[in-house]
Amino acid sequence: MWDLCTNALDTAKVRGAAYGDVRAMYLRQRDLTTKNGQVGTLAESESIGMGIRVLANGAWGFASTDRLTREGVASCAAKAVSIAKASALAKRSNVVLAPEKEYIDSWQSPFRKDPFEIPLETQLALLLAADAEMRKVKGVTLTETSMQFRKIDSWFASSSGSRIHQRKVISGCGIGATSFQSGEIQKRSYPNSFGGQHALEGYELIESLELLKHAPLVAEEAAALHSAAQCPEKFGTLILAGNQLGLQIHESIGHPIELDRVLGQEANFAGTSFLTLDQLNHLKYASSIVNVVADARLDHGQGLGTFAYDDEGVPAQCTDIIKDGKFRGYLSNRETAHLVGLERSSGTMRTESWNRLPIIRMTNVSLLPGTWDFDDLIADTQDGILMDTNRSWSIDDRRYQFQFSTEIGWEIKSGKKVRMLKNPSYSGITTEFWNSCDAICKFDHWTLWGTPNCGKGQPMQTMGTGHGAAPSRFRNVRLGTAFSKQ
Amino acid sequence: MKMAASAKIRPSGRSFQNTELRPERELRNLIETVLRLAKSTGAEETEVHVDEVADALTRFANNGIHQNVSEHGLTISIRTVAEGRTARATTNRLDEDSLRSTIEASLSLAHSQPKDARLLPMPGKQRYRQVSRFIRHTAALAPEDRARAVRRACDLAVKKGQVAAGIFSSGQSQTAVGNSRDLFAAYRETHSQFSITMQEDPAASWAKANSADVRTLDPQKLAERASEKAHQAVHAKELAPGRYTVILEPAAVLDLVGFLFYDFAATAVEDKRSCLNERLGKQLFGQNISITDDVFHPLQQGAPFDGEGIPRQKVLLVDRGVPKNLVYSRASAKAAGKKPTGHGFPLPNEYGETPMNLVFSGGDSSLEKMVASTERGLLVTRLWYIREVDPYEKVMTGMTRDGLFLVENGSVTGAVRNFRFNQSLIEMLKNVELMSPAVRATGEESFEMVVPAMKIRDFHFSEVTKF
Repeated sequence: MWDLCTNALDTAKVRGAAYGDVRAMYLRQRDLTTKNGQVGTLAESESIGMGIRVLANGAWGFASTDRLTREGVASCAAKAVSIAKASALAKRSNVVLAPEKEYIDSWQSPFRKDPFEIPLETQLALLLAADAEMRKVKGVTLTETSMQFRKIDSWFASSSGSRIHQRKVISGCGIGATSFQSGEIQKRSYPNSFGGQHALEGYELIESLELLKHAPLVAEEAAALHSAAQCPEKFGTLILAGNQLGLQIHESIGHPIELDRVLGQEANFAGTSFLTLDQLNHLKYASSIVNVVADARLDHGQGLGTFAYDDEGVPAQCTDIIKDGKFRGYLSNRETAHLVGLERSSGTMRTESWNRLPIIRMTNVSLLPGTWDFDDLIADTQDGILMDTNRSWSIDDRRYQFQFSTEIGWEIKSGKKVRMLKNPSYSGITTEFWNSCDAICKFDHWTLWGTPNCGKGQPMQTMGTGHGAAPSRFRNVRLGTAFSKQ
Repeated sequence: MKMAASAKIRPSGRSFQNTELRPERELRNLIETVLRLAKSTGAEETEVHVDEVADALTRFANNGIHQNVSEHGLTISIRTVAEGRTARATTNRLDEDSLRSTIEASLSLAHSQPKDARLLPMPGKQRYRQVSRFIRHTAALAPEDRARAVRRACDLAVKKGQVAAGIFSSGQSQTAVGNSRDLFAAYRETHSQFSITMQEDPAASWAKANSADVRTLDPQKLAERASEKAHQAVHAKELAPGRYTVILEPAAVLDLVGFLFYDFAATAVEDKRSCLNERLGKQLFGQNISITDDVFHPLQQGAPFDGEGIPRQKVLLVDRGVPKNLVYSRASAKAAGKKPTGHGFPLPNEYGETPMNLVFSGGDSSLEKMVASTERGLLVTRLWYIREVDPYEKVMTGMTRDGLFLVENGSVTGAVRNFRFNQSLIEMLKNVELMSPAVRATGEESFEMVVPAMKIRDFHFSEVTKF
């Protein structure tokens, strides 16, 4: 593969590229689902190809191909240069890259059990057994389970001399029960909605999640929600479970700190950001107990945003985003780092596949653990609502105003969970919300949640991101707005 | 809005010979190769999908091109059947060893599961109504053609003191499906798209168009429109949330009603996750709402066959406000005692089918007439980040974006800060007062469909944001 990479870079140079990098990738994926006790999807796929990015005449060009022959990649490299020269017809200024060392390295994400070596029969049997457990519960009208595994090999080569091979193994699974009764659809999922939990782990992740053990409760809660009280509409105290808080971090911290958004590069599609450059080191983003990092290093955990090098050949790093409540950092790349006074990219360029251009992406954007034990947090809450597991999410294109709803809520009175609530929702303005945070649970309750479906870029790319979170409490939050009839 | 001078796209034609898709006979040969290899592996039945894409996209921001990409790829997806079980494996490696490995992977997956009592034998030969949506001018569009159009749009932004961002994409794709029962279907099309956001601090506005024929796109006209609306949107005032009469431009209608398409799947109704559960045949929407699924409509795109190669039928989904019909895959049709409508996904899957080519009947009004007839209301350019809050009442939440305008006494009187909405689509489609003729609309939240602009009463805005 390195020969083909070199061949592509040589061709790009001959054609006039001042800089070039290539990503050859081999992706393998397995998808298993069940529905109502029957196998749904049962599929495997593989894809191999190369993406070539070049700078010529001060502008970018990118082309990709699945024709992995000397002729195929040379033709693709020539096309990338030709596209770059076309870009220069309407460039605003010459692209300048922050300096980066060259690296020769090979890295593999750690895992104990290769999911592709586990017999399919074993994997399907687990899903079908969990499905059967859920169907035992009266009132459940639809049961669904899923597993997904990915193995990604990437070969990064740059004209400045880097040669980096990485292999990542990603696993994920989830179960869900839906109940339709009297003109109402209710659903519960475990361990998270929209596909469950995903991480940079092997099959050991699936085993650790104990799907069978949790299946009955998931189904019982789905059926019970019909007779639960409606979440009230009011301003009040909100406690978010870790899986919902992970998505809150994703939408109201992770996306606004992407420097390409801040600089207007996503204005037509994903939007911009309220975090204009003048806010850096000045904005009080959150209360003083809030500390958020973007950490791609293995030390942070095996999340969907963990790697050794980004897709621009920059080593994984940990960047302070919010420190003691103050806004401290953006997600940057080699092209944008200098615009915020950085000498070096923060290492966040990532690509979905060989046929997509790397763009700035979240890595693991995590809320660092606090000091509270979860039981103490509930006991300390006089009047509040605990919301668990996302059901819908939406935020404006500058990331100010958001609204989330969750699958289930619990009313808390005088330090105790007293009753189930259905159709819970909350909304707010990003900075007001984070400044109202007055308690964060400790590391024992902290999970590095995986969001496998983050869409960004044109053409659209889907990327997995990680979000460490522990249950946390927020005061004076607007509750119940999604179902308001006003 | 003022009309801009027309500057429709005329490809340079330099690369007419560079059409990258393989001829149909090569796709047929690939399928026959897989079917031949599969015979020796023990597969009782085999189905092969071949999909090829050659796309390019020029992206601009801050009045210049910042990303410019091109891709070419072909995938072969193989479904085998063995002893009443089926599974799929996909590759983009075309050598015989790789194809054989993919067939074996499919068989191995198939053997790993219990027998599927609902699995049907693969369909035999079908007859297809031909549609022609491959425009060589679109296929031939060169990066220089896109760059020049982008340059003109950016020059306009500079002249107006604005900042432009957007895309200009073009491409071609083809799909073929064949199986061991002699079914063969193939389809190719071209596509092009221009989308632009014009920013005039603190406001922005947007315009977008999409067509199989790039010559029908007029990027400069779209840029003019977005520029003018951005300027109008600069001094936005804050209004209280509440229920308003709204005039939704076609893109806003599309991105909302696009969330209805999945509910018309027979499998979704069988699974009791559709909003049409227990509502088929009842007056659910206003009598002015009729919806068909029609892949053959002149403003539609897409293959005239489904994931099993079954010809797509035109289906009347809603007749004067009454949901009348669903779409069916072969399996859901058999379960319901109906005929398949050609809307199934490739097997195996858990979702069954869905309509992909919604066409609303529309009306005879216009945006201008809607504004003129409105005492107090809001004109909505587009919506953003729409998600489902309540699947049965079909309550959707989302934001207005890129130009929200106050209408008073029959005229647009100013710009308004963006709102969040929480609105039931069922209620919304009961409250439609006026519609324009349906057009091919394109947004960001849904497939392109043929929908009208709509004037709707009592649309529910629940909160306001800061811009």
